[in-house]
Amino acid sequence: MEESSGSMRSSKQREEMKKVREKTARKRSKEEEEEQDQDQDQDQIFNFNNKPAEEEEEDEDLSDSEDSVYSGLEDSGSDSEDDEDEEEALDAAADDDEEEEKEEQAQRTEERRRKEGGVTDGKEEQKKDEYEHDSSDEEDIRNTVGNIPMEWYRDFPHIGYDLDGKKIYKPIRNKDELDDFLDKMENPDYWRTVHDKQTGSDIILSDDQVELVNRLQRGQFGDVNFNEYQPSVEFFSKDVMIHPVTNRPADKRSFIPSLIEKEKVSKLVHAIKMGWIKPRRVEDDSRGRYYDLWSTEDSSILAKHKMHLPAPKIPLPGHQESYNPPPEYLFTDEERALWEQQDPSDRKLPFVPVRFSSLRQVPAFPRFIHERFERCLDLYLCPRQRKMRVNVNPEDLIPKLPKPKDLQPFPTTQSLVYQGHSGLVRSISVSPSGQWLASGSDDGSVRFWEVRSSRCMKTVQVGGAVKSVAWNPNPSVCLLAVALDSVVLLLSPSLADRQVVSASERLLSGQDEVEPAEGAGPVTWGEAEGEELNQGIRLRIQHPKAVHQVVWHTKGDYLASVMPDHSSHLQVFIHQVSRRRSQNPFRRNKGLVQCVSFHPVRPYFFVATQRSVRIYNLVKQEMTKKLQANSKWISSMAVHPGGDHVICGSYDCRLSWFDLDLSTKPYKMLRHHKKAVRGVAYHRVYPLFASASDDGSVIICHGTVYNDLLQNPLIVPVKVLRGHVITHDLGVLDVTFHPTQPWIFSSGADATIRLFT
Amino acid sequence: MGGLQKKKFERGSATNYITRNKARKKLQLSLPDFRRLCILKGIYPHEPKHKKKVNKGSTAPRTFYLVKDIRFLLHEPIVGKFRDYKVFVRKLKKAYGKTEWSAVERLRENKPTYKLDHIIKERYPSFIDALRDIDDALCMCFLFSTFARTGKCHVQTIQLCRRLTVEWMNYVIAARALRKVFISIKGIYYQAEVMGQPITWLVPYQFSHDHPTDVDYRVMTLKISQGLFSIYKLSALSASLARVVSTAEEEEAELDQFPEDMEKMEAREKEQKQQEAQKKLFEGLKFFLNREVPRESLAFVIRCFGGEVSWDKSVCIGSTYEVTDETITHQIVDRPNIDQQYINRYYIQPQWVYDCVNAKIILPVEDYFLGVTLPPHLSPFVEEKEGDYVPPEKMKIMALQRGEKPANEEEEEGEEEEEEGEDEEEEEDDDNDDDEEDDEEEEAEEKNLKKMEEQRSQGKSLQVKVTPGKVKVENPARLEQEEKAEEKRLAIMMMKKKEKYLYDKIMFGKKRKTREANKLAAKRKAYDDAEKAKKKKARK
Repeated sequence: MEESSGSMRSSKQREEMKKVREKTARKRSKEEEEEQDQDQDQDQIFNFNNKPAEEEEEDEDLSDSEDSVYSGLEDSGSDSEDDEDEEEALDAAADDDEEEEKEEQAQRTEERRRKEGGVTDGKEEQKKDEYEHDSSDEEDIRNTVGNIPMEWYRDFPHIGYDLDGKKIYKPIRNKDELDDFLDKMENPDYWRTVHDKQTGSDIILSDDQVELVNRLQRGQFGDVNFNEYQPSVEFFSKDVMIHPVTNRPADKRSFIPSLIEKEKVSKLVHAIKMGWIKPRRVEDDSRGRYYDLWSTEDSSILAKHKMHLPAPKIPLPGHQESYNPPPEYLFTDEERALWEQQDPSDRKLPFVPVRFSSLRQVPAFPRFIHERFERCLDLYLCPRQRKMRVNVNPEDLIPKLPKPKDLQPFPTTQSLVYQGHSGLVRSISVSPSGQWLASGSDDGSVRFWEVRSSRCMKTVQVGGAVKSVAWNPNPSVCLLAVALDSVVLLLSPSLADRQVVSASERLLSGQDEVEPAEGAGPVTWGEAEGEELNQGIRLRIQHPKAVHQVVWHTKGDYLASVMPDHSSHLQVFIHQVSRRRSQNPFRRNKGLVQCVSFHPVRPYFFVATQRSVRIYNLVKQEMTKKLQANSKWISSMAVHPGGDHVICGSYDCRLSWFDLDLSTKPYKMLRHHKKAVRGVAYHRVYPLFASASDDGSVIICHGTVYNDLLQNPLIVPVKVLRGHVITHDLGVLDVTFHPTQPWIFSSGADATIRLFT
Repeated sequence: MGGLQKKKFERGSATNYITRNKARKKLQLSLPDFRRLCILKGIYPHEPKHKKKVNKGSTAPRTFYLVKDIRFLLHEPIVGKFRDYKVFVRKLKKAYGKTEWSAVERLRENKPTYKLDHIIKERYPSFIDALRDIDDALCMCFLFSTFARTGKCHVQTIQLCRRLTVEWMNYVIAARALRKVFISIKGIYYQAEVMGQPITWLVPYQFSHDHPTDVDYRVMTLKISQGLFSIYKLSALSASLARVVSTAEEEEAELDQFPEDMEKMEAREKEQKQQEAQKKLFEGLKFFLNREVPRESLAFVIRCFGGEVSWDKSVCIGSTYEVTDETITHQIVDRPNIDQQYINRYYIQPQWVYDCVNAKIILPVEDYFLGVTLPPHLSPFVEEKEGDYVPPEKMKIMALQRGEKPANEEEEEGEEEEEEGEDEEEEEDDDNDDDEEDDEEEEAEEKNLKKMEEQRSQGKSLQVKVTPGKVKVENPARLEQEEKAEEKRLAIMMMKKKEKYLYDKIMFGKKRKTREANKLAAKRKAYDDAEKAKKKKARK
């Protein structure tokens, strides 16, 4: 280290040559350093000691080969070991020029010669020579201004001062551009002419000088004779020399093992023992870098991860992704606008189909990397789920039902329209013989039609909107019950044999004497008089509230009327016509009664409230069953002629079929209608039932009831009948079957009655 | 009231799921490591049925993994390696901080590495399984191989990807495995069939990518590594397979005699024959690629089908013959015109090659000459089912395909003839009669269309309308149809609620499909009409 620093100091004032030398020296010194760190101290000492020792050594070892080595080094100047010599020289002169160098060399040889003569002598000699070779004199001192910018003298006639302090004047004739140019053209030495600013004169360089400039420009040494590739001399070699390099006795520590080293080694040993330092890993290339992973089939791994779901593949592109799609796949303006408006997640296509006329026009897809990245994210972030895709043929879902054709007869076509009413027809009823049809309308009239001819035989003005009409089911009498406001009228339309008419008259006027016994009840019976009598009205049964429905018992003697009211228990009355008696069967209010019906055979009474149907045994005076309709609001009810089945229509579009033997829940719920069901009816003979709804349709269903208790009834819709016009959101209001034929009558809000056969 | 009180969330689904953070803590891994592990092992999150129950009553959005899956990860030896790596990084950092270079060197030498082969083996027990999943990896490889050296990812990765893709393509060429090609606006889709598995990959166009900032390349790189093994194997196989191919197929043919079902066998044989023919599609043809066409893609496709291909020497190395070669049959050009043309070769646009591959026959070159408006390029991946819209171009190609065989369906031909006839008519001259005829034809077509639609709609219980004129003619049949429709309608009324819902859903889907098909057909018709009108105007 010290060596190199020493050389550094010296080189500051030296020329390039020295630098190269230094480099090699430094390199070498580094090597030495690495090889023998510990000898550093010694070296230093050795170096310091070197100075005084050197001359003596030289004196002593003249015969030795070392001398020649030194001299060689001296010539080349490539060794740093002779720093001392140079330092000496430095004292004498800091040389800048090769000339100087030569001189120096000459001087040295001189010196050596002198040294040979005597040491003390040589030193004195040196002192004498000191100023002769002062290189600071070397600079041009004709002008004494020093190293200043010469333009300071631009405006002066002189250019500086000579050694005697006199002005040096500028050359008389300054060259102008033209002269310069002419000079350039004519003067063969122009290229080697240099302007000296200091003296203001032109100097023509000699050949040697030009050569020197060229060499320097090429990066070569200025000295022609200098060999830069001299063989270097190994200062420390593998050869063991006989003599030590220094005279200094070896240290004690060089004989005993180093503690520091021991510590270091023990640390390493400990680390290896503890496994902190591992031996260099050896690559396991037993199977080679590339090998066939699947060369041996191993099924045991298969079972390990059974639940793994493979990721779904990317859907394959369709025609619209083509660079040249068929024209129909391109977006129209509206589609494009829609696409742009939509949220990216809602879009059907993630891109806009574009058409390019040739392949070279296709640009890069800007979102390509994005899409790939999203796919990657999907692959490892998306929860996967096995989705069971229903692969069902929709045709298989449709239930296999018997063909309607096989279930004939049932009404299929509209054959007659009964027109005449001016208001919506609320209720219709067919006479037990099937010849007559009675209808009650909101226009305040009851009309009697002949079924086959659609002729209106009779019109009775009752003076109020008719809510319900009911023909007495007993074929031996001809009576009609009409409900309007709070009155139930009994009409004898006299549209039958004389016998029948008289029988009905007799029935009405039979028990006069019983009536006064009743006296003051909520219901009063009154005979019709005058005009009314002429029209056929026989009896008026005055109720406390508005009557909504009247129903006959099958025998024709009993009549039930309904007055829906939330607050009172007087909602249903049962009247006996022959004895002109009325009674209220219920003591308590169990909900808003919608409609009632008699059991066709047994003494049962059906009462439909909003959500349920209650069945009462009239003989035992108790409730036998309560049917849950599962609908919001029952609108109508019909009892099967067998008496074991009930259907209920409701305002929430449903039709529920109850099998009384089966359960209190509906056996079937039919949601055929789009709107509220207004009326339902059973056919008395054929296994048919019908429902009428506000959507203007009447749906006929086939409903076979088997005697076998184990077999459930078969329900098949067979026909949808349309014809009624919807007016004021009301369609068909009432529906009833012909007693003997498979015909059906329906009355609608369009003031007509229609017959479908 | 005996027994212990039941605690909430200690049984049931709450114990079956684990949140991501918990799983991470259980595995003692950092989030990136956990992600890496999940990707490598193919573990994905699960969506619990009742999120609130699993989330212990909270509704915060969390990612859930199955506890079983995480337990499965616990036994993974790579987890240990991840931890080792973490420690290694820490030590290295320390050594750097202390500038202990010898320690750094020592640590570097012992850098922990891990191998993935056991995971691959576990995820893909057989080679076929690996092939099934190779699609995405291939796509990524092809994408990465097009990246420039921008420092977005390691140069080694790019080079590796490039090498793999080249090897893969070589394999496909050698095995003649390519089946379908599709030029989309995103890139070029290829589909090859390797060992019976269809493998689809997408190659982007050769442009520089503008790298989006929100993309994590590490994730993408990982994805690639999964596929590498199978590609390695494939590339190793490619050479040997190519040699084996011919012999193996002969054996197969012999083996095929065994199955008892003759018809099936015949069909299969036919298919095989067709495939064989497709494999030799371009055999004997000599192509020359101009410098403006996508060289790699075209060379790959042509070589896959046995064609010879070359390009200009200055474009890329590997050209085998010059433009001046007299034996060149097709020159692929993608510019409006070319100065020097040789007589004995076709100058065609690149789409011809792809269309031929998809049609499995050599298509007539007339439509693909220079400067000609190209016919639409159709996707070979679309398989039209009944009721789907089929573009007329596809019909044409199908007709061409069938044209090779003696048994031909007359309908298609008739249509074609019609079309041709129309064309001829147009070419002759445009009189008023001509127009009328056209109109009549159109009317007839419209009627036909209507009928078709009606027939279709009957599947969907739409109301059938009867035009008064026609009722007389088709009374019995129509009546019967009507009856049937009504029957169906009534039967539908009797369906159970659940089934009805399902049925409605299916029918809704079907209806939407037909609606879309009709829309496409209408659009096409409008376009064709407009074209015709334009032509006529131009002639006048």
